[in-house]
Amino acid sequence: MSTTPDETTPVETTKRVNVGRRVFLGLAAVGALGVVIGNKVQNFLGNAVGSGLGGLLPFGDRFRIYSITGTYPKVKASDYRLQVSGLVQRPKTFTLAELQTMPVTSFVKTFQCVTGWRVPDVHWEGVLLSHLLDTVGVKPGAVALKFESYDGADTESLTIDQAHLPDVIVAYRMLGAPVTTEHGGPVRLYVAPMFGYKSLKWLSAIRVVNQVLPGFWEENGYPVNGWLDGTTGPTNPDPQLT
Amino acid sequence: MALTHAATPSTLRLLRFDRVQRAAHWANAALFGVLMATAIPLYFGTLFGIVLQRHVIEMIHLWCGVALPVPIIVSLLGPWGHQMRHDLRRVNYWTRDEIRWLLSMGKTPLQADKFNPGQKLNTIFIGASIVVLLATGSMLQWFRFFPVPWRTGATFVHDVFAWVVFVVVGGHIVMALTHRDSLKSIFTGWISVTWARAHATHWFKEKSTESDTARSE
Repeated sequence: MSTTPDETTPVETTKRVNVGRRVFLGLAAVGALGVVIGNKVQNFLGNAVGSGLGGLLPFGDRFRIYSITGTYPKVKASDYRLQVSGLVQRPKTFTLAELQTMPVTSFVKTFQCVTGWRVPDVHWEGVLLSHLLDTVGVKPGAVALKFESYDGADTESLTIDQAHLPDVIVAYRMLGAPVTTEHGGPVRLYVAPMFGYKSLKWLSAIRVVNQVLPGFWEENGYPVNGWLDGTTGPTNPDPQLT
Repeated sequence: MALTHAATPSTLRLLRFDRVQRAAHWANAALFGVLMATAIPLYFGTLFGIVLQRHVIEMIHLWCGVALPVPIIVSLLGPWGHQMRHDLRRVNYWTRDEIRWLLSMGKTPLQADKFNPGQKLNTIFIGASIVVLLATGSMLQWFRFFPVPWRTGATFVHDVFAWVVFVVVGGHIVMALTHRDSLKSIFTGWISVTWARAHATHWFKEKSTESDTARSE
C-alpha cells in the first residue's frame, strides 16, 4: 500500500489490522466446530424452536425427501397391494386393509440417513415383518428377502435373521398419520437399526430368496448391512443401538 | 498500473475492476446462482411435492460446488492476477477508522478505501463460506470417511451457512441495483473520478498521487 504518511494523515489510517484474515479464519473455525458439535447444537435449537418452524429452518429436524426415479409413485390406499412370494409355503397378496387387521406394532424411533441428517422421535406404526413372514410360512433354504418398490427402480435386501428383528416393520402409519406419498406411502418398510436407505419406500413386493441380492443403493456402493454404528457385518454387534 | 490510468483517453475515470477481476466475479456469480437455484428444491423437497429429476439437480449442485473455488484461485494465482492480489490485500487490511465505521454501522466519519468496510466484509464472508460450504458439502458427498455425528454436524453447518449466503447475496444484489455507478463498473471496469472522490476518497487520493508521480517522471 503506497500511501505516503504525512502530517495531516491521522495515525489510525496508517496502522492496519488484518481483519480479513481474522474474520475468514474465524468463520472457518465456526464451520469446523459446527461439524463436530452441530449434532448437539441442532438438537438443542430444534427443541427450542419447535417442530413447526423446525421443518423449514436448519435448526430443527427435517426429512429430506429422496426419490431415485425423480417422481413419486402415487398409489391409492384402496388400490394398494403387497405381494409376498418366492420361497414361501402360502404366497399371498395383501391389501392395505388386510395389513391393518394384523397385530399392530408401534414405536418412536429416530430416522437416520447415512449422509448425516436425522429426524428423532418419529412415530412409526405397522406390522412386524416377522409376523408377515410367519403368515406366509418361510420355506427351508430361504436366506434373504428382496424388497421391491412401486417406483419400479428401488430395491432392498435383508437377511431372514435381520427381518426377524423386533423393530423392523412394514409401516402404514408414520408421524401420527397414514404414511404420505412423499414418505413412501401408503406402505413402506422401516428398518430401525439401519440407515434410512434400507427403509424402502412405496413397498410393492417381498420375495423370499436363497441368497442376498444387493439392492439399488448397495449396487451404488452403500453397505448391504447398513447398521447405524457403521459396521457392515450380517448381525448387529450392538443391540443397544436399536 | 498508474501509467495505464494516466494514459487512458479520459482522465475522468479510473479502472476499478480489471478484466481478470470481472471475469472472476461473473464466473463466481454464475456458480453461486446455479448453486442457490439448485439448493432450493434440494432443501425444500418436502414442500415441492414432486421432485423432478432430483438426481440431476443433485449432480449439478455437486459439480458446481466442486468448481466453486476455481475462478478465484485461477484469477488470484495466475500471472494475470496482480490486481486481484492487490485488492485482496486491501480487503484484508483494515484501518482503525474502518473498524470503527463498521461497528457504528456507518455513523463515524471515514475516508473510504477502494472498498468500504461493508463491501470488504461481504468479500470475506463469501470467501469463507466458499471454504466452509465446500468442506461440509464434500463431507456429505463422500460421507464414508467421517463418523455419523460429524455428517449430521456437516449437514447442519452446510444449511446454516447456506441460509446466511442467501441473505448476504440478496443484500449484495439489492445494493448493486440501487448503486448504478458501482454496478456499471463490474460490467465495464470503469468508474468516474467524481464517484471515486465521493465514495472511495482514500483510493481516489492514492490514485491521484500515483498519476502525479507518473506525470512528473
